[in-house]
Parts: sequence; structure tokens; C-alpha cells
Amino acid sequence: MATADDLKFQEFDDAANLLAANPDATTISIDEPVEIPKNQHSRLQEPGREEDDELLGTDDSDKTELLAGQKKSAPFWTFEYYQTFFDVDTYQVLDRIKGSVFPVPGKNFVRLYIRSNPDLYGPFWICATLVFTIAVSGNLSNFFIHLGKPTYHYVPEFRKVSIAATTIYAYAWLVPLALWGFLMWRNSKVMNIVSYSFLEIVCVYGYSLFIYIPTAMLWIIPQKVVRWVLVVFSLCLSGSVLVMTFWPAVRDDNRRIAVATVAAILLLHALLAVGCLAYFFDAPELDIPAPIIPAHNGTTVVTKSH
Amino acid sequence: FPGLADVSISQDIPVEGEITVPVGSHSPDEDYSTLDEPVKDTIMRDLKAVGKKFVHVMYPRKSSALLRDWDLWGPLVLCVSLALMLQGGSADSKDDGGPQFAEVFVIIWFGAVVITLNSKLLGGTISFFQSLCVLGYCVLPLTVAMLVCRLVLLAGAGTVSFIIRLIVVGAMFGWSTLASTAFLADSQPPNRKALVVYPIFLFYFVISWMILTFTPQ
Repeated sequence: MATADDLKFQEFDDAANLLAANPDATTISIDEPVEIPKNQHSRLQEPGREEDDELLGTDDSDKTELLAGQKKSAPFWTFEYYQTFFDVDTYQVLDRIKGSVFPVPGKNFVRLYIRSNPDLYGPFWICATLVFTIAVSGNLSNFFIHLGKPTYHYVPEFRKVSIAATTIYAYAWLVPLALWGFLMWRNSKVMNIVSYSFLEIVCVYGYSLFIYIPTAMLWIIPQKVVRWVLVVFSLCLSGSVLVMTFWPAVRDDNRRIAVATVAAILLLHALLAVGCLAYFFDAPELDIPAPIIPAHNGTTVVTKSH
Repeated sequence: FPGLADVSISQDIPVEGEITVPVGSHSPDEDYSTLDEPVKDTIMRDLKAVGKKFVHVMYPRKSSALLRDWDLWGPLVLCVSLALMLQGGSADSKDDGGPQFAEVFVIIWFGAVVITLNSKLLGGTISFFQSLCVLGYCVLPLTVAMLVCRLVLLAGAGTVSFIIRLIVVGAMFGWSTLASTAFLADSQPPNRKALVVYPIFLFYFVISWMILTFTPQ
């Protein structure tokens, strides 16, 4: 039975003194892990040296591997497994959306924002919002374009919702699948420093579609020039996010294949935007008001005939 | 352990607390008696429960009646009546008209299931059917709006009627969203509330859009 004295708190000497008293005692040393600089406030860091690390993701690859190993340990038939894909807070989702709309040149979206915590909330709900935004905006824009005509009878065009849903969800899931398969195949041939998991690719694609939501709302404006300017603008923004993400993953490969991959990514993205614009939004049949030109031709003809 | 021999609780420290017995626990006698009651009583009891929930939706307070005794009769009745009222719209030969009955049904139920799954995956503590019950019952204001829209459209389909319909549908959409958020928001983790509320907003927005764009033949 322990006496009261043994249970009282005892001051231990400094480790050095104890060791000096008994040099043969076994010792255990625990080191402080070296603090890896957080990337969330990356704008405070030196942009020069950190840039390549940011793009390559080598500075925290060990840590991310550890995190990835710790997280998804539940078997895939349990509910907890899928909960790990929704482990995001509101501010994280908002940060990721902001990062997709304002791409910082030189910063990799996956390394900066996703950081081995890919979520399925963003891709799923951004796609759902985009489907309904395109359908509703298309309907509204057609309504405004055909408004004055006597033969026009408004229809809600509900069929187009299912078509929009199929297109956008297919794009957001099948293209990442194909890209992931392609990158895995190239990885087996050429040792790439950077490789992404399937969910990270889905995440990037999902968040990069966010810019199309305000674009689709602005497509209601029935001016061809405005619409095409919007297409180009949004394509530049979201395309740059995709390019900056995937360029480091392919640049160690054969130069032609790398350029072809990035070009294919951009082409598919452009195809989606242009296809949605063409299918869901009727062309505005606005005549170019040019009463001056016939008169000018008339005067030139008159003068020439003189 | 000799040190513990003289440990005792003094007599004048009161031991008190509360034990709540969950309401609705059935004793065997009760079960036996409901088997014998007339059918009218059984139906009236269920109807009263559904009616009480309707009242809770129209005047949302932070009561747990909706959550505790969930039922799906109310959502079914609302969904079927909304889908029926959305029929008879402009179905051109192009067949590009309004939503079919099955489409409305699928959108409401599939949408409610997806939102429930979403809130559970984000860490919500509400049960699956409780959430379905709340989302289904909160379609009631929009069903009322649909009824009003059809009545207004009987009077005419001009700009004035459109503005009236817009105001009514907008107000009911706000009411639905606020009512369901009032019931569901407490069961979510605090830093993810917006992530859970946004899909509910989208869900009722889509239903409101279907109601607003309903045009008769």
C-alpha cells in the first residue's frame, strides 16, 4: 500500500544533473517535430523561393501523406468513410471558391487550398447550382428575347433541366476520371514529382466550374458581344486554375504530351461553356442598326457616276 | 483499503435530480386498447397529428413536436397535391412544357433525400426520417402559393397577375426556407450551418421556380 509520502508531488532534478549522477541510466529523447510553415498565409512568405515548392508541393508532401493515411481509415461500406469527404467548414468552402475565382499566378489550387482534404460538398453543390442556374437563365433569356412577338407562347422548358444535369455532372465526373487515369498511366512511364488523387482532381474541376454560375446569370443579357466576352473571361479564369494545377503534373513528361494534355483540358472546358451557351440560350436576333451605310453607299454611287 | 473505510455521504446533502420519461412510451395495456378502438378514433388521431404539424409549419416556433413524432403523411399529401396542381400546364407538341407529375414527385423526394444525406454527412445529429418530415412539411407554404397562383390565373394572365404571383411565390418561398431552417438549424454543427442551409434554399427555390413558371394552356 502506497504511503502518503510516495503520493506527494516530487521535484525531479534537471535531466543533465540526473545523468551526471548516474551515467549508465537508459535515456529516451523526444525531439520536437520541425514546424513546417503553414501555407495559408503564403502571401507573407518570400514569393521567389517558395514558388516552385508551392507548385510541386514537395515542402509538405510528407505531412500530406501522413494526413492522408490518418484520415480515410474507415472501410468504404460504412457511413463514416463518406463523412471524411465532407469534413469542411463554411469558411473553408468559401476560401476554395475564392481561390477558384481569383487565381493567384504561380500558386497551385490543390496545394494551397485543398491540402489533402478534398471535399465532395463543393463539387456536388456547385454542379447542382450550375445546372439550375443555366436552366433558369436560359429560360429567362429566351423569354426576354421573344417577348414582343405575337406568336410567342411562353413554355418553362423543363426538359432542359435534365439535359443540363446530365451534361454538367458527366463533365464534372467523367473528365476527371479520364484525366486521372491518363496521369496514372503516364506516372508509370515517367516519374512525375506531383501526382493527384482522383478526389483532388474532382475537387479542382468542381470548384473551377463556380465561375460559370455568375456567367450564366449574366448571359441573360441578349447581346452577342457581351455573351462572348463573358465566355472568354470566365474561360480565362477557370482555365488558368486548371492549367496551374495540372502543368506541374505533366511538365516532366515528353514535351508534346504535356502540351497536348493541357490543351485537351482547356479545349474540353471551352467546349462545355460554348455548348451550354449555344444550347440553352437562343441567339438574340437583333438587327444591327445601320441606317447610315445605305445612304453613304448612295452618295458614293452618285458621286462615282459623275 | 483501510483509507476508504470512513468515507460516507453526510445525511444532510440532498441527492436530487430530474428523470424525464420519454413521452409516448407504450405500456402493453395501451397497445391492447388501441386495437379495440373504433377506426374513426385511429384515423382522427393521425389526422390530428398531421394537422398539428401543419399549424407548426405556418407558425414556426422552436418546438420539438415536428421532430419527435415524425410522419410522412403530410409530405405525401402536399407533394401529390402540388404535383397535381402543376399539371394542365402548357404542353406543346414540342413537349417542352412544364414538369410532369413524376418529375415533380422525383424532384421533391429525391431533393429532400439528398439534402438530408448532405446534412448527415456534414455531421448533423438529426435522424434521416425526421429531416425528411421537416422538409416535406415545409412545402406547405409553397402549396398554398400554388393554389393562389391557379386562382389568380383563372382571372387573367397579364402583367398584373404575374406581379401578384411573383410576390406571393416569393413570400411563400421565404416562409418555407425560414420555417425549415428554424427546425433544422439547431441540429447542425455551428461552423457548418451555412453549408446545410444553402441546399435547402436551392431546393425551395427550384420548387418556387416551377410554381412561378406555370402557365395554363
